Amino acid sequence: MTNYQGKAWKVGNDVDTDLIIAAKYLNDASDENMREHCLENVIEDFANVISPGDILVAGKNFGCGSSREHAPIAIKAAGISVVVAKSFARIFYRNSINIGLPIVTAPEAVDEIDHGDELKIDVDTGELVNVTKGKTYKTEVFPEFIKEIIAKGNLLNYVKGQVK
Amino acid sequence: MGMTMTEKILAAHAGLESVKPGDLINAKTDIVLSNDITGPVAIREFRKLETEKVFDKDKVVMVPDHFAPNKDIQSAQQCKELREFAMEQNLTHYFEVGRMGVEHCLLPEQGIVGPGQLIIGADSHTCTYGALGAFSTGVGSTDVAAAMATGEIWLRVPESIKVIVKNKPKDPWVSGKDVILYLIGKIGVDGARYQALEFTGDGLQYITMDGRQTIANMAIEAGAKNGIFPVDELTKAYIKDRFKEDYTVYESDSDAVYSMEVEIDLADLTPQVAFPHLPSNTKSVYDIKEDIVIDQSVIGSCTNGRFEDMEIAANILKGKKVAPHVRLIVIPGTQEIYKECINKGIVDIVIDAGGVFSTPTCGPCLGGYMGILAKGERAVSTTNRNFVGRMGHVESEVYLASPAIAAASAITGKISSPEEVK
Repeated sequence: MTNYQGKAWKVGNDVDTDLIIAAKYLNDASDENMREHCLENVIEDFANVISPGDILVAGKNFGCGSSREHAPIAIKAAGISVVVAKSFARIFYRNSINIGLPIVTAPEAVDEIDHGDELKIDVDTGELVNVTKGKTYKTEVFPEFIKEIIAKGNLLNYVKGQVK
Repeated sequence: MGMTMTEKILAAHAGLESVKPGDLINAKTDIVLSNDITGPVAIREFRKLETEKVFDKDKVVMVPDHFAPNKDIQSAQQCKELREFAMEQNLTHYFEVGRMGVEHCLLPEQGIVGPGQLIIGADSHTCTYGALGAFSTGVGSTDVAAAMATGEIWLRVPESIKVIVKNKPKDPWVSGKDVILYLIGKIGVDGARYQALEFTGDGLQYITMDGRQTIANMAIEAGAKNGIFPVDELTKAYIKDRFKEDYTVYESDSDAVYSMEVEIDLADLTPQVAFPHLPSNTKSVYDIKEDIVIDQSVIGSCTNGRFEDMEIAANILKGKKVAPHVRLIVIPGTQEIYKECINKGIVDIVIDAGGVFSTPTCGPCLGGYMGILAKGERAVSTTNRNFVGRMGHVESEVYLASPAIAAASAITGKISSPEEVK
């Protein structure tokens, strides 16, 4: 699936992995624990106020800091369908691709998205529609190799064929 | 067109004649590292693959260091998963409590990493080993799971930023920590995002191997994929009795292409402090006019837990007392460093000053344990991140600095330059 639609939740620049999921919760990597504490110091009660399929919209350098894969896992477990940002920190970027959390780099669109806007995104073609504002954007598309990982769902499915 | 060190190492590990920035490659890994936080997730993913054995038991390294010695039952469970996997796979380099250290202090010390290698680790500070002339980068647990099975990793070849370090420091307190804090302050927390930070210049001769590891360690705090140093006489002397494998020294070509050049003049550099809540929020310690009263001073971590760091702190603490309202927590990076601290009288100095001297652990750096901050508390710390809530309560604060500043501040009870306690 490459099409997503949901309501935008906006966060700022340089949201780090400690804010996404604090290290004190990393002694239990279960989806339930990750979901419960996801972004809790950024948006109060985040996991319970969002609806499944909603879209997280961030400023620059989203996911900077630690290599913890728990960060994209927590966002996925919370029910976010796709993350749109002006830019992503590199380990967060690859972790998201590797675990199958769709991400979209769209600096121009982010500036014009307000909290609560209804968004439609096709990750494959890179088309992002702000339904509320009636505006369409072309966003960065992934290179073919990364598209292949995304098509398989995650990195492990991708490498399965290669392991003896 | 010439290639940078980073490009040459990546090309060699991908079996290619040449690579250029932006290329996506599959590269062979020399070392695949994980810890008690990221390892269990990697193991869970590894189990989903149709393979039973890791690709090479000598190249998969596991270190329980973040919440070890076990801080609670859940951490004990995670360490147990790591231990059982290491035993099952008969890993050569698994370090149990008592032999373990903070991973990025431990691997260079034990000669597990060396020049020319391609190292990945499920820990963002894996970039530390670039100090030895290796390509080394932090990745996620799924990357480690895949690499444990295949011995390979997908990578995008990064652009390189040339950081020219020139001249000799004039300020006696300037250290590797000040170089990297100053650089991050200059280019920002995403100033090197997706890129390599290549350090070069005549000033490098004045930066020790411990200092270079501090610098490479924090490349990630500028968003970099890796930090890398040329291999020189200091590098060779450091690895001489440690790294037993044959190695290749890669040098950047004179016509290699860089996306940007940054110059740091060591003669002008002063000790730096990064204010909350970003490592880029830096200031010279001499420009701090207000009293920033602290509750805690932490000296240690993968950034500044090496022997030189302990020695610098001890020289300042010797014969002095920690301020009554301050907790001083000193954590050596490895057991070897710990023993050297005992033998050189450093443990005595710290304890006599009124500080604690801990067994190696990442502990307080990431708000794990061994020095958590209460609401409204403030710490000066030689660690690498001062994000919101990093060391404890969401309303606590962390100021990043060198061991010299952390030691001086423990004595005065406020953020201070070592000049103030001479």
